[in-house]
Amino acid sequence: MRIFVCVKQVPDTETKIKINSDGNGIDESSIKWIVNPYDEFAIEEALKLKESAGEIRVTAISIGPKKRVTDALRTAMAMGADDGIVIDSEDSLDPYLTAKALSEALKKEDSCDFIFTGKLAIDDNASSVSQYLAEFMGIPHVTVVSSFKGSGGSYTAEREVEGGTKEVYSISGPAVIAANKGLNTPRYASLPGIMKAKKKPLKELTLGDLGLSGADSKVTFSNFELPPEKPPVKFIEGEPAEQAKELVKLLREEAKVL
Amino acid sequence: MAKTFIFCEFNNGKIKKGSLELLTAAKAAGAEITALLIGPGSTEAAPEAGHYGASATFVCDSESLKNYNPMAWSKVVSQTIKNSGCTVFLATSSMTAKDLFPRVAAQLETGIASDCTDLEFNGDTPIAKKPLYAGKCKAQVNFANSPIQMILMRPNQLPIGEPDTGGHCEIKTLSAPEIDDRLKITDVKKGNTDKVDLTEANVIVSGGRGMKDADNFKLLDELAETLEATVGASRAVADAGWVPHSMQVGQTGKTVAPSLYIACGISGAIQHLAGMSGSKVIVAINQDKDAPIFAKSNYGIVGDLFEVVPKLNEELKSVLN
Repeated sequence: MRIFVCVKQVPDTETKIKINSDGNGIDESSIKWIVNPYDEFAIEEALKLKESAGEIRVTAISIGPKKRVTDALRTAMAMGADDGIVIDSEDSLDPYLTAKALSEALKKEDSCDFIFTGKLAIDDNASSVSQYLAEFMGIPHVTVVSSFKGSGGSYTAEREVEGGTKEVYSISGPAVIAANKGLNTPRYASLPGIMKAKKKPLKELTLGDLGLSGADSKVTFSNFELPPEKPPVKFIEGEPAEQAKELVKLLREEAKVL
Repeated sequence: MAKTFIFCEFNNGKIKKGSLELLTAAKAAGAEITALLIGPGSTEAAPEAGHYGASATFVCDSESLKNYNPMAWSKVVSQTIKNSGCTVFLATSSMTAKDLFPRVAAQLETGIASDCTDLEFNGDTPIAKKPLYAGKCKAQVNFANSPIQMILMRPNQLPIGEPDTGGHCEIKTLSAPEIDDRLKITDVKKGNTDKVDLTEANVIVSGGRGMKDADNFKLLDELAETLEATVGASRAVADAGWVPHSMQVGQTGKTVAPSLYIACGISGAIQHLAGMSGSKVIVAINQDKDAPIFAKSNYGIVGDLFEVVPKLNEELKSVLN
């Protein structure tokens, strides 16, 4: 059985976003890159499946500037993935092109039984690559998955929707599973794991190898803007009862939200 | 004017507000609108799409589509969109839409932008803006190589027009697609709350580490009851298991945009602020006057939330009733 995990490098959640001088992107110069938090749940779920059944090879795959995304792949391999595939691209790719490239790369592999992804990447918040990828691979998808169980070709996934409601799906055969927080608790990479990861095989591809180019994106962003500055906070003084009274008055009469 | 296709969601025979916002915007831009409703009850809800500007409405009113299924739904949706000859597609950025339409976009070989917060029309071209990095910035969406520009808009962003029951809207019935054996929905487990979801809530009362204990969220539940609000939480308390992850607001939780956000005992980590900065009015109650949350707030109370919140609830009850 072969399982693939898609990972992305994103700016750390503590990053302060600065906009480029041309306004058409962000300043990436001082950003600390981390593995997309939702992708960590995807990696963990793939490794759990590997441990529950024999003869499973877990391959991590990523696309983006080679040096940056190789870090994510090494992290996945340090956690336990067997090998990695990097698709090198300096261009910023939209979900369509990302999924197209991933699907072309995966079709070159001998088989594909499951693809695990994060439900979204916390940079562009598109939550689209998993579904594009599933369609390009011709297989079903379930996104926002908070429970995944099963074996031997029959699986059950719970998908979390509004109000904590859960849709329960039965899946047979290959599928894309997009992980939500709560699916599992990702393990930390151990020191021996980190050492071993350095020697695990890493296959390198370019967009050109897949018959694609950076110009194939279908959605781009321009005119970046920061949120408007808030006026300074109005502190409400007094005893709790007075503060409560004054706050309600302001919310009704000044802010007009009650 | 551009042919515009709008996927309308409905509940109890009524089209949801988010869909009415989109019908209103497209009608104001002079678009020729085709609407689509899927699932049992769609025939009953369909005429309302006409009242808000659709000139044709497709329904796929089948019991077999009672529950969402991306494989079955995407087939009927893609074909109908394609046949309509539209160049613009709009839907609310709901959990269903965000799951379904990227797959539809793949079938149509086109681009899609989800979770947009601004929508204007420049002649035939829709200009949408979308928050990035969970709202730390916003950018304009541009389409290329896309036969259909697919835009998913967050609800509560646009005005809703007046219905016009005089016009004519043709209702066309679609036959239901076969369910793909590889993916079947077997059950829907209802959540433990009938409150609106955080992402759609108009008022949110949120708690952080300052709540000290899971049990103390009762205080926020009571306040939320008075305000008809939904309760949220910071990452710290979701990670501590005090509340389910579905209640987490922030960059690794839900991005919210209520009219009123009341943060209780939340210091304001940057990833939390990112997720709630779209709120219209923010109130913070915190013991630490230097907490970063105050810099993002309109109103601040430095004090003990265990004293302030009950007083606030009392005051609201007496004023609102």
